Amino acid sequence: MSSRQNTHGQNQSKLFVPEPPFRPGDTPDFSHIKIPTEHSPGRPDPMVDAYDTEPQATGLVRVLKLDGTICGEWNPKLDADTLRAGLRHMLLTRCVDERMFTMQRQGKMSFYMKSAGEEAVAVATAMALRQSDMVFPTYRQQGILMARGWPLKELMCQCLSNAGDKLEGRSIPVLYSVRELGFFSISGNLGTQMIQAVGWGMACAYRGSDDIAVAFTGEGATAEGDFHYALNFASTYKAPVILNVVNNQWAISSFQGIAAGQGKSFAFRGLGFGLASLRVDGNDFLAVYAATKWAAERARNGGGATVIEHFTYRKEGHSTSDDPTKYRPKSEPDVWPFGDPIERLAGHLISLGEWDEARHEALLKQLKAEVRESYKEAESLGTLASPSKINPATMFEEVFEEIPSHLRRQRQELGI
Amino acid sequence: MAQMSMIEAIRSALDVKLSQDPDVLIFGEDVGYFGGVFRCTAGLQEKHGLHRVFDAPIAEGGIVGAAVGMAAFGLRPCIEIQFADYIYPGYDQICSEAARMRYRSAGEFTSPLTIRTPVGGGIHGGQTHSQSPEALFTHIAGLKTIIPSNPYDAKGLLIKAIEDNDPVLFLEPKRLYNGPFDGDPNKPAVSWAGHELGEVPEGHYTVDFEQARVLTQGDDLTILCYGTMVWVAEASAKAAGVNADILDLRSLMPLDLEAIVKSVNKTGRCLVLHEATRTSGFGAELIAEVQQHCFYALEAPIVRVTGWDTPYPHALEWEYFPGQKRTIEAIRKIMES
Repeated sequence: MSSRQNTHGQNQSKLFVPEPPFRPGDTPDFSHIKIPTEHSPGRPDPMVDAYDTEPQATGLVRVLKLDGTICGEWNPKLDADTLRAGLRHMLLTRCVDERMFTMQRQGKMSFYMKSAGEEAVAVATAMALRQSDMVFPTYRQQGILMARGWPLKELMCQCLSNAGDKLEGRSIPVLYSVRELGFFSISGNLGTQMIQAVGWGMACAYRGSDDIAVAFTGEGATAEGDFHYALNFASTYKAPVILNVVNNQWAISSFQGIAAGQGKSFAFRGLGFGLASLRVDGNDFLAVYAATKWAAERARNGGGATVIEHFTYRKEGHSTSDDPTKYRPKSEPDVWPFGDPIERLAGHLISLGEWDEARHEALLKQLKAEVRESYKEAESLGTLASPSKINPATMFEEVFEEIPSHLRRQRQELGI
Repeated sequence: MAQMSMIEAIRSALDVKLSQDPDVLIFGEDVGYFGGVFRCTAGLQEKHGLHRVFDAPIAEGGIVGAAVGMAAFGLRPCIEIQFADYIYPGYDQICSEAARMRYRSAGEFTSPLTIRTPVGGGIHGGQTHSQSPEALFTHIAGLKTIIPSNPYDAKGLLIKAIEDNDPVLFLEPKRLYNGPFDGDPNKPAVSWAGHELGEVPEGHYTVDFEQARVLTQGDDLTILCYGTMVWVAEASAKAAGVNADILDLRSLMPLDLEAIVKSVNKTGRCLVLHEATRTSGFGAELIAEVQQHCFYALEAPIVRVTGWDTPYPHALEWEYFPGQKRTIEAIRKIMES
C-alpha cells in the first residue's frame, strides 16, 4: 500500500484511487474469482424483456467447462467441422500474430498488436454472424479477418505499409479496412466506432434490411462518451446492433477497475439503458458463439441492441511498444483461471473424439508454413524499412473526392 | 420564384432533397415534431415522415457519430447541431472520423454528411449562443466549411452540401436568418422581404463551392468577408465613401483564392473581416495568402477587423461585435496608407 500522506502537507488524503490486486513482485492469486462450473445463467428467449437479462448481465454465460465438457443451456450444438474451422481460425490468428510480432522486432514494420488469449471473441463472433453484418472492430479483432478469409498477404502488406497495401500506407499497422468482408475501417481513436455502428444499424433498419451492425470496444474505452452515446441511441431507436465490450482486464497499464469504477460488470451498464445484456466467458468459443447468435436473432427480429461483455484476459502486451512486466506480475497470464481459448476448444474436440494431439500438431505446422509463405510474398513488395514504392502523389488523394486547388498547389510545392 | 427568409430557404433546400432522395435523413435536437428552435425544419416531419425527420438525444457527439455510421452505410444524413457553441462534444467525430474516413480507408468508406449549425452573435446569446468557430474546422483536412450570407445562397449551397460526397460543415449566421443586418442594432430590423437575394427558386438549384460572390465592384480596396460581416462591409464601404470590391467568400474550405488574388492585385488594398475571435482566426489564413500572392501589388498593410479575443459577452455584445464604426475606421486607415 502506498502512503496516503499528502506529500505537500500534513493532511491525510481522502481521495480514493483504485489499484489492481497485483503488481510486479506480487504472487498473483485469483482464487477470489469464482469460476462457475454448472451455474451458467440460463438462456432466455432472445426476445425477452431486456430487464430480465439481469442474471446474464451479472453472472457468466458459459458452455465449455475447463475440463472440455459442456454444461448449461447455451450449447450452440455446432457440428465437428464447424468446431474444427473455429479452431483453425484461432490458431491461424495466433500464428499470424507471432510472425508479425517477430517481424516488427526485426524492424520490418513500425508496430504490431497481438490478440493472444482473445482469439475466441473475434473468431466465434464472426462465425455467428452473416458476412453482410458490418463489424466495427478495434485493433484486437484480427480473428474476424481470419474467419472471413481475408488473404494473409493483404493483411501483411497493410502492416508493412508497402506497395501491396491497398490503404496506400496511410495508417499504422493493424488499422485495416475490408469493406467487402463487412469489416469497417478501424479508427485509431478509441470508442468512436460504437456510436457509428449504431448509426449503421439505424441505416439498416431504415432501408428495411435485416442486416445488423456489430461494434467492439475494450473495457477501458467504455469510459469514453461515445460508449454512452451508443447505448443511449441504440436504446432510443431500438437499433439492430450488438455492442461488444472485450474486458481483457488491461487497458495498456490501467487495470479494468479504472474504467469500471464501482460498476457491477460492464454488461450491467447495458441494463441501465434498457438494453439486453450478457456477460460471457470470452475464452469459451461456444459461449461467445451462442451469445452472439442470441443477440443477432434479437436484433434481426426488432428486439433492439444487446450489450455483450466478453470476460477474457490480454495475455501479452498492449502492443509491440508495451512491456507488461512493468505494471503486472510476469506470471499473471499463466495463472489467469479461465484458461486459453484455443486449448479449451481443442480439449473439447478431443473429448468428443473429433481431434487429437497429432492432428493439432500437423495443423499448426501447416498454418505456420502458410503464414511463412504469405509473409515471403508480402515482403517481396517491400517493408517500412525499405525505400517506399508508394507514389508520393497519393498523399494528396482521397482527402476529398476530388483534389481541391489548395491541395493541387501543395502537391506542386512537393515537386510532383 | 418565391420570397423567402434564410430560414425558409434552408427549409426549402431540405424539403427539395427529402423529396428527391430517399437516402436523405434529418435528425438533431428538437428538429422533429417541433421543427427546430429556429424553425428551419418546421413541417418537414409532417410532410416526409417520422423516420426521415426526427429528434435526437442531447448528445452532439452521438448525433455526429450516428451520422458518420449512416453516411458510411450509404445514406446522406443532414444533421442539425442546435448552436455551433454546442458542437464541441461532436468535434472528435467530425475531425477524427468523418473528415478522415475516405482517406484512411482509401475510399472504401466515405462520409457524405452535412452538419448544419447556427453561428454568430447579435441576438443577445451571450457566450454560449454566439460563437463563430469556423477556424477550428477549416484547419481540418478532409472537411468542407461553408457559410452563406443570404437566402438565395443558403438554399443553393445547402443543396450542394447535401449532394456533396464529402462531409460539409454548413454554418448559418443566425443574425441573418430573418433579414440582412448592417451591424447597427439601433436600426429597426429589416426582413428579407423585397430583397433581391430573398428571391429564391422553389425547386432544385445549386451554388458551387470555391466560388466567392462579388457583392460590389470597386478599385479602392478589397474587403474579404463572409456571413453577417458581408452586410456590415457593404454598409461600411458606403458610409466611408469608398468603391470596394466586396467578396463574400461563401466557401471557406475550399477557398476561392483566385478571386481573392485577382481583386487584391487590382485594388492594392485589403481589409479582412470576421466576427470570430482574432488570434489564429480564419483572417490570419486569408492575410497569409494575400501577402504571399499579392505582396508587390499591396500599397498598404492588410488590416483585419474581428471579434476581440474574449468570450462573447452578453451585456457588452455590441462592444464585442465588429460593427460599422470599427470597420469604417479600418477602411480609412487603409486608404490613408
